Amino acid sequence: MSLNVPTMAELAARGESAEVLFWVGCAGSFDERAKKVTKAVAKLLNQAGVSFAVLGAEESCTGDPARRAGNEFLFQMQALTNIEVLNGYGVQKIVAACPHCFNTLKNEYPELGGSYEVFHHSQFIEQLLRDGRLRVEGGSFKGKRIVFHDPCYLGRVNGEYEAPRALLEKLDAEIHEMKRSKKNGFCCGAGGAQIFKEPEAGTAEVHHVRAEEALATGADVIAVGCPFCKLMLTDGVTHHGKEGQVQVLDIAEAIATANEL
Amino acid sequence: MISSIVFSAVLAAGVAGFTYQVRRLRRGLALARPSGRHDRTSERWATMARVALGQGKMGPRPLAAAMHLIVYVGFVLINVEVLEILLDGVLGTHRLLRAPLGSFYDGLMNFFEVLGFLVIVACVVFLGRRLVAGPERLKHPDLAGWPQRDAVNILVIEIVLMSALLLMNAAEYQHQVASNEQLVTSSPWWISGLLLPLFRGWSTSALSAFATSMWWLHFVGILAFLNYLPRSKHFHIILAFPNVWYSKLAPRGQIPAMNSVTTEIKAMMDPSFVPDPNAVPPARFGAKDVHDLHFANLLNAYSCTECGRCTSECPANQTGKKLSPRRIMMATRDRVDEVLAGGESATQKTLLDDWISREELWACTTCNACVEACPVNIDPLDIILQMRQYLVMEESAAPSTVNVAMGNIENNAAPWAYPQADRGNWIQS
Repeated sequence: MSLNVPTMAELAARGESAEVLFWVGCAGSFDERAKKVTKAVAKLLNQAGVSFAVLGAEESCTGDPARRAGNEFLFQMQALTNIEVLNGYGVQKIVAACPHCFNTLKNEYPELGGSYEVFHHSQFIEQLLRDGRLRVEGGSFKGKRIVFHDPCYLGRVNGEYEAPRALLEKLDAEIHEMKRSKKNGFCCGAGGAQIFKEPEAGTAEVHHVRAEEALATGADVIAVGCPFCKLMLTDGVTHHGKEGQVQVLDIAEAIATANEL
Repeated sequence: MISSIVFSAVLAAGVAGFTYQVRRLRRGLALARPSGRHDRTSERWATMARVALGQGKMGPRPLAAAMHLIVYVGFVLINVEVLEILLDGVLGTHRLLRAPLGSFYDGLMNFFEVLGFLVIVACVVFLGRRLVAGPERLKHPDLAGWPQRDAVNILVIEIVLMSALLLMNAAEYQHQVASNEQLVTSSPWWISGLLLPLFRGWSTSALSAFATSMWWLHFVGILAFLNYLPRSKHFHIILAFPNVWYSKLAPRGQIPAMNSVTTEIKAMMDPSFVPDPNAVPPARFGAKDVHDLHFANLLNAYSCTECGRCTSECPANQTGKKLSPRRIMMATRDRVDEVLAGGESATQKTLLDDWISREELWACTTCNACVEACPVNIDPLDIILQMRQYLVMEESAAPSTVNVAMGNIENNAAPWAYPQADRGNWIQS
């Protein structure tokens, strides 16, 4: 299936506009593993007939890692620039495929003049399902064991635990929970700019511990909702020698696979 | 008469001591900048009612929650009896409320005795969890030395106070029996009745002296405890309430914007922008010392009872890193105490480096597990982030790899060195 993904600039040039902006994020734009998630989201939006666009070359880091590393100046540079672009296009609705972008757009941009209705992709896709605009075919995951790892910035920080699980329920699979899930979900170790630096000295790596916990459920698939969790847990699964046996998939990838997109 | 005077003098000294301690605490809190958290007051009262009064965040650990509830309810209700103690003490009466309340008084005493007994049981369980077998967080290196002694002191004091009450009641009843007085109550109260065998064969004068001494022990003990509180983690029994009132009500994922930075950037982006002429530039970006933190941060530090739920949920701590959110709070409190004590340390040392290391600050993943875990809405992450702001914005002292990522964001709008123009390339690939 070929993708139909216009940019906001292209639409504006044609005098058109989109119902929703798909915020791709840096990992989703450049990291090979995260790009698969980006494409899965785009395919699902296409399949549901959603009128959407991306910013493309006009998108810029939301500033989340800079702010959490303590660089308020760089964060606000990014935020105020992005807000100018978003407001310039009259954007009202945003769907983000990264909980960090989602959180920053939703909770931190309003204070700086950027107020939008912001969804995480799991929320948006679940809404499409409830509205009957999208169906999940199921089948390919039938009988598989799936465990969901809550991303901190979707779950604990923004209180969304159900949308991703509701989507996974549609896959005809066995859904399992880790000992620490939802509010008590254990971090993958990437947040707060950690993914860009070497960890401090310790006795273990956070992502190894979390991957071990996920593997202990006997899962065939570890489902995630964040590109950074995906990178960290994929590495964790490899560390435990389970690559090739256990997949780490974003919810969007799982749904797109089920729909044979 | 003499005992009334002694009583009043002890009471006055106890209250004066406590007042002095509270003043000291207020001076400590006054070191902070304002928190700006006086908005949305009805929501603040509701949060306080739910989280502090209603123990709303204790649920995830049911055993500790049940035991804590007993001690909490026991402490609050049994202190109703302090009212009678105060009246008796000042007026020189004995059980002033017994006659007017009649059989209701016996019911009340039975209720207090059962609660008191349950408090003792809970405190013994708590001691066991701390000293024999319990969760790791109660034996954590954070607590080495004074903090662990403080915890044991508190539990022992509570056991002593409750025991004094029960022993006094038992001795008093036995005294009535031994002196063949007409019994004021037909049967002993429920728990002290079980202790009567301890007093068989005692003389009436010994029983009377013992009961009086237990009465004094309970009263002086309460005052002593009141004066111990402000120097102890146990001050949470009072501070938890205002602390929850000052909770962060903004979305959990929102780090508040620094307005001075917004002004500067707007001036850069828009030459026609006119900054507020009354705006005062900040003395410092972020926090190097307790003076840079806001009021709620310092109130958090004094409200922390060192339970360690934050640390036991912290991914950094649980993988052996030096960071412990509980220690962030303890260090902040101890640094405020150090500043209050004055002298060379107050001016020569700072919260950063002398109390909290850079290694700890950089180990945080900002996952908010500590924030979620705290039963009284303490926010260690807020302090960590403000200290990171100081490190980055004042000292440019981020780890080199973080500096590379930030350089990339600045130059090509992503933390990695890919050109911004290529952001849409995934569509074709």
